Amino acid sequence: MSVEPILELKNVHSGYGTIKALRGVSLRVYPGEVVAIIGANGAGKSTTLMTICGIVFATAGDVLYNGRVITKVSPEKLPAQGLCQVPEGRRIFPRLTVEENLILGAFYRRDQAGIDADIQHMYSLFPILGERCKQHGGTLSGGEQQMLAIARALMTKPKVLLLDEPSLGLAPIIIQQIFHIIKDINEKEGTTILLVEQNANLALQAATRGYVLETGMITLEDKADALLHNPEIRKAYLGE
Amino acid sequence: MIQEFRRIWKQYAIGMLWLLGLLWPLLGIHPDGSLSFEETFTVWLYLLAGISGCLLIYLANHGGQLNFITIPVKTLRTRVMALATPLPTWMWLVVVFVLALIFPQITGRYATDVAINVLLYICLGLGLNVVVGLAGMLDLGYIAFYGVGAYTYAVLNVTYGVGFWICLPLAACFASFAGCIVGYPTLRMRGDYLAIVTLGFGEIVRIILNNWMELTNGPNGILGVKPISILIPVFENGCSFEIFWVKKLQFFYYFALVLAILTIIGVHRLNFSRIGRAWESIREDETAAELMGVNTFVYKLLAYAMGAFFAGLSGAFFAARMRFVSPESFTFLESAMVLCMVVLGGMGSIPGIILGVVALIALPEVFREFESYRMLIFGATMIIMMLFRPAGLIPAKRVGKRSEEKE
Repeated sequence: MSVEPILELKNVHSGYGTIKALRGVSLRVYPGEVVAIIGANGAGKSTTLMTICGIVFATAGDVLYNGRVITKVSPEKLPAQGLCQVPEGRRIFPRLTVEENLILGAFYRRDQAGIDADIQHMYSLFPILGERCKQHGGTLSGGEQQMLAIARALMTKPKVLLLDEPSLGLAPIIIQQIFHIIKDINEKEGTTILLVEQNANLALQAATRGYVLETGMITLEDKADALLHNPEIRKAYLGE
Repeated sequence: MIQEFRRIWKQYAIGMLWLLGLLWPLLGIHPDGSLSFEETFTVWLYLLAGISGCLLIYLANHGGQLNFITIPVKTLRTRVMALATPLPTWMWLVVVFVLALIFPQITGRYATDVAINVLLYICLGLGLNVVVGLAGMLDLGYIAFYGVGAYTYAVLNVTYGVGFWICLPLAACFASFAGCIVGYPTLRMRGDYLAIVTLGFGEIVRIILNNWMELTNGPNGILGVKPISILIPVFENGCSFEIFWVKKLQFFYYFALVLAILTIIGVHRLNFSRIGRAWESIREDETAAELMGVNTFVYKLLAYAMGAFFAGLSGAFFAARMRFVSPESFTFLESAMVLCMVVLGGMGSIPGIILGVVALIALPEVFREFESYRMLIFGATMIIMMLFRPAGLIPAKRVGKRSEEKE
């Protein structure tokens, strides 16, 4: 491809203390794509996203965003540059109202009128959030919380959205709904999405390309369709 | 009702026996080594009667036997509330403000003294609220900043003769600076570890005050701190200014009132600002806040500095009122008291904290006779509070309801 990748990991190593979680992860995300990273428990999927955002420090290798190295950039500066993560387990602010959660998503922004308009836009994307705007985040159901987490991240006006296990602990019908929304965001807003999932089937159906992560290393990279029909993947991750 | 009692009587009996076991060492062991049981038993019987009475009322209320009283009371309450709600909040504030203004005129010296204490502790409580209630960092050494403020004024005034109004901002700034010094190394810690470290810092400040003889005069404290002075224009021959020393308690009360009001306004403004929201996000989930673009380092440090700022202000007032400072006033117990006020009143809620301060300062004055049991009652109150109102007397915000539960 002749297009420059918007997000690129070059041989990234990282871990927690002496435990190495990532041992040389390289991947590329091109503008407008939906890229899925699939893998088993403890493969390092969430660590990959946390390392991109700088919450977990990379011990070696580089993370490039828009062609610039962001490995040493502190995490709170990234939303302003258009890179935002929906963390694993949603992590909304439980004792703040839905509206305050959304306002915090726009923390770096100073354009009050734009923020207000975007909040209304989020309520039209997720009508249930509009109904519950004065409610505390912690009183929402799991699916609503996931929507809130995604909406909160969208408030940063991201160019690249990192999604960590959006299906975690949700009922199948809600998962369907969430993945519809993810596709919508990608198609209508043109947001590039990097998706981490245990639910390989769903993730690969939504994605254009996929990576398979095993014990901290990328073992396979292919078009999502090809991965879906790869007999080894079907055996290892799709339960056949 | 009887069935209810049947279900809990075992726990109740065990609880009462436990209370007896707790009471006996307090009352039955005498300094000369002799042991007695009578006093313990009489006190215990009183308590037994009282608690049983409460339990009976509770059970009867639960079972609906008291409906003939509770239902009329409830309707009366809703009627009164319906009458009161059309009045806007500011009218209540005006009423409270006017009451606060005339308070020293209608009461005596003693009550005014207690009221000044309440006002100073309101500033302390609201300052700690910034750190604990908003930013969610448990600070057990908060009183150290109060001490820094008080000693700043005392030392500058006694040694260098600097006046109160110059010292007041200096005291606040020094306290903020101390807050940053304490805050900086603790920023990476969370929860229990943070509490222990702040506890240590609080003690370090007290021990420094106690041992730095040249500067602080050690455990003897600093005597002869000048009270607040203001310049009053005199128009006898032309216009000249005269220094007026605020020695009278009544005047001092008004200064403390102004300080408290300024603190309330300040903390209220902070609470609903961008900064306040950033603090709350850090309290709720630090990592998520960071991912959303909140610079947690700066905002946590700012929380420490702002909390210490208010403590420094009230510390300077404290020194000016007592006209004497010693390390005795800044022990861990004081930190714990302020924290209790915040927790009792409701973390993050300004009216709650004011109520908490009044409860913990004024009530012990009312119940002077029970002074030796103060800590016992105090502990019991806290336990009961945590059981029945875990979010404080006036919780910060009403927990939102689901939309389908509306009406």
